[in-house]
Amino acid sequence: MLQVPANSGDAVAGGRPLVTLRHVDKTFSNGTVALKDLNLTVGEHEFISLLGPSGCGKSTALRLMAGLGDVTGGRIDWHGSGGGAAADREIGFVFQEPTLMPWATVFKNVYLPLRLAGISKADAAPRVAEAVAMVGLNGFENAYPRELSGGMKMRVSIARALVTKPRVLLMDEPFAALDEITRFKLNNDLLDLWKDQSWTVIFVTHSVYESVYLSNRIVVMAARPGRVVAEMDVDAPYPRHEDYRTSPTYNDHCRAVSEQLHRAMEAGGA
Amino acid sequence: MTATVTETERRTEAAQTGAGQAERTARLARVLLPLAFGVLALIAWDLIVRINDIPHYILPGPLLVIETLIADWHTLYPSLLVTIQITLMALAVAVAGGVTLAILFTQSKWIELSFFPYAVILQVTPIVAIAPLILIYVDSTHAALLICAWIVAFFPILSNTTLGLNSADHNLINLFQLYGASRWQLLWHLRLPAAMPYFLGGLKIAGGLALIGAIVAEFAAGTAGTESGLAYRILEAGYRLNIPRMFASLILISLTGIVIFLFFTFLSHMVLRKWHESAMKREN
Ligand SMILES: Nc1ncnc2c1ncn2[C@@H]1O[C@H](COP(=O)(O)OP(=O)(O)OP(=O)(O)O)[C@@H](O)[C@H]1O
Ligand SMILES: [Mg+2]
Repeated sequence: MLQVPANSGDAVAGGRPLVTLRHVDKTFSNGTVALKDLNLTVGEHEFISLLGPSGCGKSTALRLMAGLGDVTGGRIDWHGSGGGAAADREIGFVFQEPTLMPWATVFKNVYLPLRLAGISKADAAPRVAEAVAMVGLNGFENAYPRELSGGMKMRVSIARALVTKPRVLLMDEPFAALDEITRFKLNNDLLDLWKDQSWTVIFVTHSVYESVYLSNRIVVMAARPGRVVAEMDVDAPYPRHEDYRTSPTYNDHCRAVSEQLHRAMEAGGA
Repeated sequence: MTATVTETERRTEAAQTGAGQAERTARLARVLLPLAFGVLALIAWDLIVRINDIPHYILPGPLLVIETLIADWHTLYPSLLVTIQITLMALAVAVAGGVTLAILFTQSKWIELSFFPYAVILQVTPIVAIAPLILIYVDSTHAALLICAWIVAFFPILSNTTLGLNSADHNLINLFQLYGASRWQLLWHLRLPAAMPYFLGGLKIAGGLALIGAIVAEFAAGTAGTESGLAYRILEAGYRLNIPRMFASLILISLTGIVIFLFFTFLSHMVLRKWHESAMKREN
């Protein structure tokens, strides 16, 4: 494992930089300093995980990257053809909560991004079916959110993010509510998609194991104020499969990341 | 193995029928209890009138009221229609105006800032106090009654719908923004459905208020009106000391109010039963 010192600026593992956060501050109107001098560069085709204790500003950072809310200091730049990728429908976003429309069925919830883009129901139907199948919810197309379990709602939310085949996928603890078997399956599906479609994934998690399994780079954050305290490359080769979970490299990585996380929590005064 | 399965099945089935029975009892009680109380009250009323020999121009017994209702149906029925017509028209205008204004409020802060105080003033001024003025300034009594009923029905629609339009989940609004939704799409696919439960709640209140507004305005118009709604019949019967007919008119007004309320309750249930907490059948 390669340890890059924090705030390294432009260190990018996967090709050209896609989005750069420079000295980003975020102070909420009630005075909470959520982020202070956050520096981060995400390269194209990276699978990057933001890892940190609760309340350290992971969700805030992800939302700012998507263009939801304004930074109070510093800047966020999207590079390349994406331009302001947030607006041109190339971003898929999975919120920490399922965030479904309670009055709409699973089909209509997943159809929403395509509907907003003016795609007819008939044209969208196969794509919606594909996305729903991807998260293993076939047969639930006509169910309402209240008829689903917490994990199923979250999977609908993931299907909705996938249905547009976005180039950049921003996910906020998408698998936290799922059982281990489903989580492992979706972990593998996500990795396959990421490889096939050459997406960029920015993934928020509080699970050391998940971040080591999935990502090629892990960004460890500390709280009060939220900032990056360590960045680590996970140099295990892809494709990664279940046997990777039991390999010595995986164990070494997990131990090293845990150590960083402990240090981050001490630094954050948690 | 099979034996255990059937045993479990049987138990679940038994539990289900148990739950079904409890539910049926509850539903029956909801109808029977108020009905029983009503019948008892009517009997008590009848007995009090009979035992004390109260003359019918002071308090008529329930049977006499029913008799009057049937005997005077040819005068009361047209009045009922007039009152219902004014109520429903006022409600329709209140819904159209209230929802439109609420939508304008959410589209522009400036419109809300300019108009909302006046909507509140309209609401807090007692209708009995402004009805005479409206009757003076508006030539047609019919139009004046309509305006009065509209004034009281308008506010609950406006304020509830405004609240509903603004209560759409913040994250969902963010999601719509991410996908580049237009104002129109945001309104149609997110704000309006989110406002539906609030709007229907407002409609339930406004339905009753429109009836009250119509009646109050008619009282204010007094016998001068060429319109002859139920309130006019009450006034007229009062002058002639025809107390049974007063009661008969009163019963018709109450029944109208109840029917309006039940209709909107049913409508609200039908629209929301698939997804909103207030209308869902709970299974735990
Ligand atoms: N809308 C808001 N207004 C005020 N403060 C906020 C708001 N949103 C978040 N915060 C604060 O910002 C800090 C970071 O919040 P954030 O949701 O980004 O944490 P997180 O790292 O995602 O935590 P978790 O793992 O628990 O989801 C917290 O201290 C929180 O109280
Ligand atoms: Mg969070």
